[in-house]
Amino acid sequence: MGRFAKLTGVLALTTALAGPALAATELSMWYHGAGGDSAERDTFARIIKEFNESQSNWEVKLQAFPQIAYNDAITAAAVAGKLPDIIDVDGPIMPNWAWSKYMQPLPIPEEKFAKFLPGTLGHWDGKLYSVGLWDAAVAMYARKSVLEENGIRIPTLDKPWTLEEFDAALVKLKDSGKFDYPLDLAMNDKGEWYPYAFSPFLQSFGGDIVDRSTYKTAEGALNGEAAVKFGNWWQSLFERKLAPGTSQDTGDHDTGFLEGKYALQWNGNWAALKPLDKFGDDMLFLPAPDFGHGPKIGAASWQLGISAASKHADGAAKFIEFATQDKYLAAFSNAIGLIPATAEAAQMTENYKDGGKLAVFYDLSAKQALVRPVTPGYVFAAKEFRKALSDIADGADVQDTLDAAADAITADIEKNSGYGH
Amino acid sequence: MAGPSLVILAVFLILPFFLAFGLSFTNQRLISPNPTEYVGLRNFESLLGVGTLTLEPLRGENGDLILGDDGAPTYPRLRGYTRNNPDYPHLNGMREWISWSWGENRIYLLASDVVFMRALVNTFLFVLIVAPLQGALALGLALLVNQKLKGINAFRAIFFMPVVVSMVVVALLWRFIYDGQNGLLNTLLAFLTFGGFKPVDWLGNTSTAFGAMIAMSIWQAVGFHMVIWLSGLQTIPEHLYEAARIEGASRLQTFVHVTWPGLRNTAVLVLIVITMQAFALFTQVDVMTNGGPIDSTQSLVYQAVQRGYGQQDIAGGSAISVLLFLIVLSISLIQRYLTRERT
Repeated sequence: MGRFAKLTGVLALTTALAGPALAATELSMWYHGAGGDSAERDTFARIIKEFNESQSNWEVKLQAFPQIAYNDAITAAAVAGKLPDIIDVDGPIMPNWAWSKYMQPLPIPEEKFAKFLPGTLGHWDGKLYSVGLWDAAVAMYARKSVLEENGIRIPTLDKPWTLEEFDAALVKLKDSGKFDYPLDLAMNDKGEWYPYAFSPFLQSFGGDIVDRSTYKTAEGALNGEAAVKFGNWWQSLFERKLAPGTSQDTGDHDTGFLEGKYALQWNGNWAALKPLDKFGDDMLFLPAPDFGHGPKIGAASWQLGISAASKHADGAAKFIEFATQDKYLAAFSNAIGLIPATAEAAQMTENYKDGGKLAVFYDLSAKQALVRPVTPGYVFAAKEFRKALSDIADGADVQDTLDAAADAITADIEKNSGYGH
Repeated sequence: MAGPSLVILAVFLILPFFLAFGLSFTNQRLISPNPTEYVGLRNFESLLGVGTLTLEPLRGENGDLILGDDGAPTYPRLRGYTRNNPDYPHLNGMREWISWSWGENRIYLLASDVVFMRALVNTFLFVLIVAPLQGALALGLALLVNQKLKGINAFRAIFFMPVVVSMVVVALLWRFIYDGQNGLLNTLLAFLTFGGFKPVDWLGNTSTAFGAMIAMSIWQAVGFHMVIWLSGLQTIPEHLYEAARIEGASRLQTFVHVTWPGLRNTAVLVLIVITMQAFALFTQVDVMTNGGPIDSTQSLVYQAVQRGYGQQDIAGGSAISVLLFLIVLSISLIQRYLTRERT
C-alpha cells in the first residue's frame, strides 16, 4: 500500500469516527464541583459519557466551576446572556433563578419523578423547575465511647436531646478537658452552610428567617422572642468556648473530629464515610436536638435544571431524564455518600440499603427535614442571616443584630415588590 | 494612533462610570422581572441618613438611678425609639453607630446604614494610616538598598517580592500567619517571650482584625513604592552629594537639603498612588475576613461589590461607587492643589 492510500485510509477512518459527533448538537452544562470531590466529578463525567454514547442527537459538554464562585458565574452569565443549556442549582436558590428567568420549567411530566424524595424536587409557582439526584441530611457526629465515658445519654429519633440536655452535655464534654472544643459547627464555612445548617436550629426554637405564612416580612420571625432566645444561646456557645468561632481554621474543621480535637461535630452526610472508616461501630450519627418546636434539619441539595436561554430544552430534558435513572442515583450515593433520591436506588447502594451504615440519614431526612424558605428573596435573606449569626457569634448585641437583619430582609422584599408572592 | 486606547477607555471606564451614575438614581436590580424605576436620591438617603438621640438614664420609682451589673447607669433600649415609634418618625429604622456619655445622659449617633458608615470610616482610616506609613517605610528601604554594596540586588529583589505575588495569595498566606491557635505570628511571639505570650485570634477580634489587615497591606505593597523612590534617588546628580560632603554636611543635613528636595516629584507620585490604591481596599477584606468580625474590617469597595453582586442590588452598589468616586476626586484635587508648582 502506497503512502497516499495509507493517508486516505486514515482520513476516511477519522472522518467516519468523527461523523456522528459532528451531527450531534452540543449541549453545554455547568456544574459547581471544580476542585471539590473528584468522585462526584468522575460520576458526572461517566453519566455524560454514557449519555453521549447512548444516542447520536445530543452531545453534553461539562464545564466545572469552583463552588464558591459558581452562583456568581451563573448570575454573570445570565446578565451577559451566555447561560449554558443545563445548569445545576442549589435547592433554596432555585426560586430566585426561576423568578429572575434564568431557568425554564422542566419539559418533563412530573409523574416521571413520582418516587423521588420531596426534598429533591424544586417547585416554583406551581411548576417543576429542578430535580436532584440526591438529597442531603445533617447529623450530630459523635462517638459512642466518648458519650458513654462522660455519662451522656445517646439520643434517638423518637427522643432527641432537649436544649437543656444538649447544653449540659456540651458543658460536661468541655469540663472533661480532653477536647479543644466540645462541638464543631464548621463556622469556617461562610457560605450557604450557615443558613442550611443553622436556620433549622432557629426554626426548632420557634423562629424563622422570614414569615412563611406571607413571605412579605421577616419582622417577628427573625427578631421575635423565640429568635432572641436562640440568639442568646447561640452567642453563649462561643462565649463559653463550647465551639470554635468564626475565625476557625478550615484545616481544623476537616480533621478536628477525626483527630479527637472536637467531641461532637454538626456535619452533613457527604462527609460521613471518613469518620465511619476511622471509628467503625463507635461512630454515631445523632438526630438534631429538639429546641422546643421539634427537631429540624435542612432539606434540598444540588439539583439539575434547564436555563431559560437554552434553545435545546428537549435535548437537555433528555439528558436529565437519562441522569435520573436509579443506577446513576445509586452511583452518586456510592461515590460520595449522599442520600439517593428514590427508595429503589437506595436498595442498590451499599450504605443506604436496609441495614446499611448510613441508612440512619434516610430516617433523619424523613423525620426532621424542612426546606429553607421557598422564595426568590431567599438569596438576600440567607446572606443577612449569615451575617447576623456571624456577628452574634462575634459578640454583637443579639436583639439589635436580629432587628437589623429582619429590617434589611423586609426592606429587600418591599424593594422587589414582594418577589411575586 | 490613540484610537484603540480611547475605545478601551470608553468601554471599560467612561461608560461604566456613566452607567453607575445613572443607575444610582434608580432601583435597578442585577436581574429582575420587575421594571426599573427612577427613585431620585433614595439610595443616597438610605446610605447617608444620620440622626442623634439623647437618652436619660433609667430611674427607679424614688428617682434613684438603676445601675447595671457593672455599676454604670442603664438606659432604655434604643429599639423602643427607632422601631415604629410614632413620636420619632425621623429615626425609624436607624441603628446605633456610635454612642458616648454626656454627664448622666447618653448620646447616640444613629445611622440608617451602619455597615456603610463603618465601611466609610474604615476606608478613610486605612488611607490615613497606610499612605504615610507605607510611603515612609518604602523611602527607608529605598535609602537602604541605594547603597553600593555587594549583593544589594538580592535585597532589592527580596523587598520587591511580595509585590509580584498576587494579593489573593498573600492574603491567604497571612490568614495562616494570623491564625488564632497555631498561626506563625502567635508561635513566634510565644517563642520570643518564652511562652509568656497568650495566643491572640488576630483576625477574629474586633480590636485587632483591622490593624492586622493594615500591617499586612503595608508589607505587601511597600516594595513597589520602594522601587519608585529608588528610581527617584538615582536621578539625583552625584555632584550634589560631593558638594555637600565638601561643605562638611552631616548625613541628616544631606538628606534634608539634597535628597528630599530632589525627591519632590517622586514624593507626589508615591503619595497619590498609595492614596488611590488604599481607597480601592477590597481583596484583603474579601479573602481574609469578609468584612467581619462585626463589620470591623468593612471597606467601601467591598460593600459596593457585596451589594451590587451578592445582594443583587445594582442601584445600591452604584450609589456607593459614585460616592467613592466623588471622595477620591475631591482628595485628588486637594492633593494637586497642595503639591502644585509654586512660582
